[in-house]
Amino acid sequence: MADNGKQHAPHRGDMTGAKALWATLANHGISTVFGYPGGAIMPVYDALTFYPEVRHVLTRHEQGAAHAAEGWAKATGEIGVCMATSGPGATNLVTGLADAMLDSVPLLAITGNVASHLMGTDAFQEADITGITLPITKHNYVVRDVEELPRIVAEAIRIARSGRPGPVLVDIPKDIQLAAFHSEIPAPHARPEAPAPSPESIERALELLRGARKPVIMAGGGSLDASAEITALARAWDIPVITTLMGLGAFPSSDPLWLGMPGMHGSVAANRAISEADVLLGIGLRFDDRVTGRVNGFAPNAAIIHVELDAAEIGKIIRTHVPVRGDAKQAALLLTQGAEPTARPEWQAQIEEWKGRTVTPETYGAGYAVKAVVDRLRPDDILSSDVGQHQMLAAQLARFEKPRRWINSGGLGTMGFGLPAAIGAGMAEPGVRSVVIAGDGGFQMTAQELATLKMYDVRNVKICIINNSFLGMVRQWQELFHEKRYSEVWLGDSNPDFIKLADAYDVPGYRATTAEELPAAIDAWLSDPKSALLEVVVPHEHGVFPMVPAGAALFEMIETEPAKSPDLSAQMQDAAEEASEA
Amino acid sequence: MTEVRDHLLSILVRDEPRVLTRITALFGRRGYNIKSLSVGSTEHPGVSRMTIVVSGDRGVVEQAIRQLEKLHDVIKIIDHSLEKYVDRELVLVKVAITPESRVEVRQIAEDFRSRIVDVGRHALTFEVTGDEGKITAFIEQMRPFGILETMRTGRIALTRGSNADIPAHVYHEGETQALQPTLEVQPREERARHVPNLF
Ligand SMILES: Cc1ncc(C[n+]2csc(CCOP(=O)(O)OP(=O)(O)O)c2C)c(N)n1
Repeated sequence: MADNGKQHAPHRGDMTGAKALWATLANHGISTVFGYPGGAIMPVYDALTFYPEVRHVLTRHEQGAAHAAEGWAKATGEIGVCMATSGPGATNLVTGLADAMLDSVPLLAITGNVASHLMGTDAFQEADITGITLPITKHNYVVRDVEELPRIVAEAIRIARSGRPGPVLVDIPKDIQLAAFHSEIPAPHARPEAPAPSPESIERALELLRGARKPVIMAGGGSLDASAEITALARAWDIPVITTLMGLGAFPSSDPLWLGMPGMHGSVAANRAISEADVLLGIGLRFDDRVTGRVNGFAPNAAIIHVELDAAEIGKIIRTHVPVRGDAKQAALLLTQGAEPTARPEWQAQIEEWKGRTVTPETYGAGYAVKAVVDRLRPDDILSSDVGQHQMLAAQLARFEKPRRWINSGGLGTMGFGLPAAIGAGMAEPGVRSVVIAGDGGFQMTAQELATLKMYDVRNVKICIINNSFLGMVRQWQELFHEKRYSEVWLGDSNPDFIKLADAYDVPGYRATTAEELPAAIDAWLSDPKSALLEVVVPHEHGVFPMVPAGAALFEMIETEPAKSPDLSAQMQDAAEEASEA
Repeated sequence: MTEVRDHLLSILVRDEPRVLTRITALFGRRGYNIKSLSVGSTEHPGVSRMTIVVSGDRGVVEQAIRQLEKLHDVIKIIDHSLEKYVDRELVLVKVAITPESRVEVRQIAEDFRSRIVDVGRHALTFEVTGDEGKITAFIEQMRPFGILETMRTGRIALTRGSNADIPAHVYHEGETQALQPTLEVQPREERARHVPNLF
């Protein structure tokens, strides 16, 4: 038998469904799979031993596997693959799939299931995972015939990558994994071309841009692969650019046209420019409510041009005057060709003034620490974050010159995302530093993945924990909107000694507790030849500002952290109430 | 806001497991209201056809169409409000009868060209086919006698086959037709009244 792991052309009768699965993945150039075995997927794990060119990374939780695959996909733009057994294994993937759905991450999830004849009988470790993941996958499959398996996997990969990317799940009953496979392994699908925008829509967009006196471009996660074209477009028209949380890096932060991030914790310049703009050109974004604030106060004076691949996003939230359906790259190129640079001195002066109002954290705290870390990043470094105050601070303070260097959970806001995503990204690009900023809360949701670092001797993951002893972001809202009733957000007494925890996994640990200690600690941490952990202990009560209260419009933003007084919560509550009444 | 009314959609779908769940779950999750739903096979093996009546304004229906178009199982959607169509519904109505009312009930049914499908001592069951207006009128006529039970199949619809009536977009495979640019650029309809300077 010629099946030595190198040969993927099937031979009649000598292949199982499980081998056909690996052969198909290998054919698609999948080099790494993150997963966790179990009873219902054992034939697949058994067959893995025949395919040494596919690396399987054993995480310590299936959620870690899903986020690691996401980190891989977000850093490379290529599909990430994760794998789990039936029942509890499969349900542990669910959070990662929902996360990938909301952030449009191309992900393939393979789950084992109980044997076909047991499905539907509440068998041991049976869960209806295709039913469970119906609303949080782009599509999902149960393989019912082994001969269909490679075709389904190939199609799943195509669906995950094409159009607006997203997660696809393939559930494979155990008997199908074991069944003899006789068909051909199909060649990978060619990647479909993204649809070109219609000439009329481009013409209409150009018309609006030509007449614009206060234009602004807003680029989202769907524009990351059109970064060069969008940069050229903005420069050709001399239009300022806002990048959303998911779009950070789509436009170089060092460019004077960059205004920062919009939305709840956006920059003064970005939110103000949106509020005053007469034409807003949105590219590859979906007007999330964290971006728009109160919808009827969003860009109230602007005609909206929306370039988007997913037709369902056009007009879903914000009324669009010129829908441009199609590929961001092509649209940006066409809009650049029609560029007519216009001097808009007043708009420019206004923008400069707003940009001057950037907040830099001066006193030692979470913001100060995050800034100290991100200031030390090199343009190639990948920065991941977990979810909370540190995430918003990193998004505000980090500077990105290139796309796909910023990895975070935007749409779902998944605590526990950071460490496994940074591991996935670090494994995708072993030559690049993969830095993750996490809170003391979120880090503990997937801290066990330190073991993955140890097991695979990953050397380029740098973990920074901003330890404020609180679930900081929730605490901030309690402070502002619940009269400082700090209900169930205090972690301080029960937090582990993070350095000892890291040590338990052979990960070197460093700690800073003051502004003075910080620079040396960062140096030592970053220059450690191994993956390492830095804990920065910061004062408990620090907020993230600017902030637009939930339910308020972007122009109702609060710029700087106000002196702590009861007035503030009253003031913000008023703004929020007024907004919800309007 | 445009007016809220009923929209008839025909959805051609791959005949695969869970396809009905996928479609109804999409409507449920996004809060679109299904007024009626009927499903059956088509002249093509492997392809089923659904007629869904959704109520909402134009915006809601366009959004529903675009979300449906994203489903891998959906082959084509026809929005019947954009063209001429025929639609029918089949209803079974069980009406209470007494020796006195029996003749009158039968007479009304005859006027509606309704067939009797079951005869009982105290009730007659009728089958009525027609458009919504006819069925509503039938039920209203029978109501005074006492309606014991009704069952409706939900509406089904087809584009009119007199070819001149079929606009190109109905069988057009390309881009969604829901994406016509707004011709006039007006200020956003919900323009904020004032922009307080909090900056
Ligand atoms: C899985 C999950 N559970 C709960 C939340 C709600 N949540 C959002 S931010 C936050 C606090 C995060 O605290 P920490 O990780 O310490 O970071 P910090 O905000 O202090 O920087 C919580 C609980 C969430 N986003 N995800």
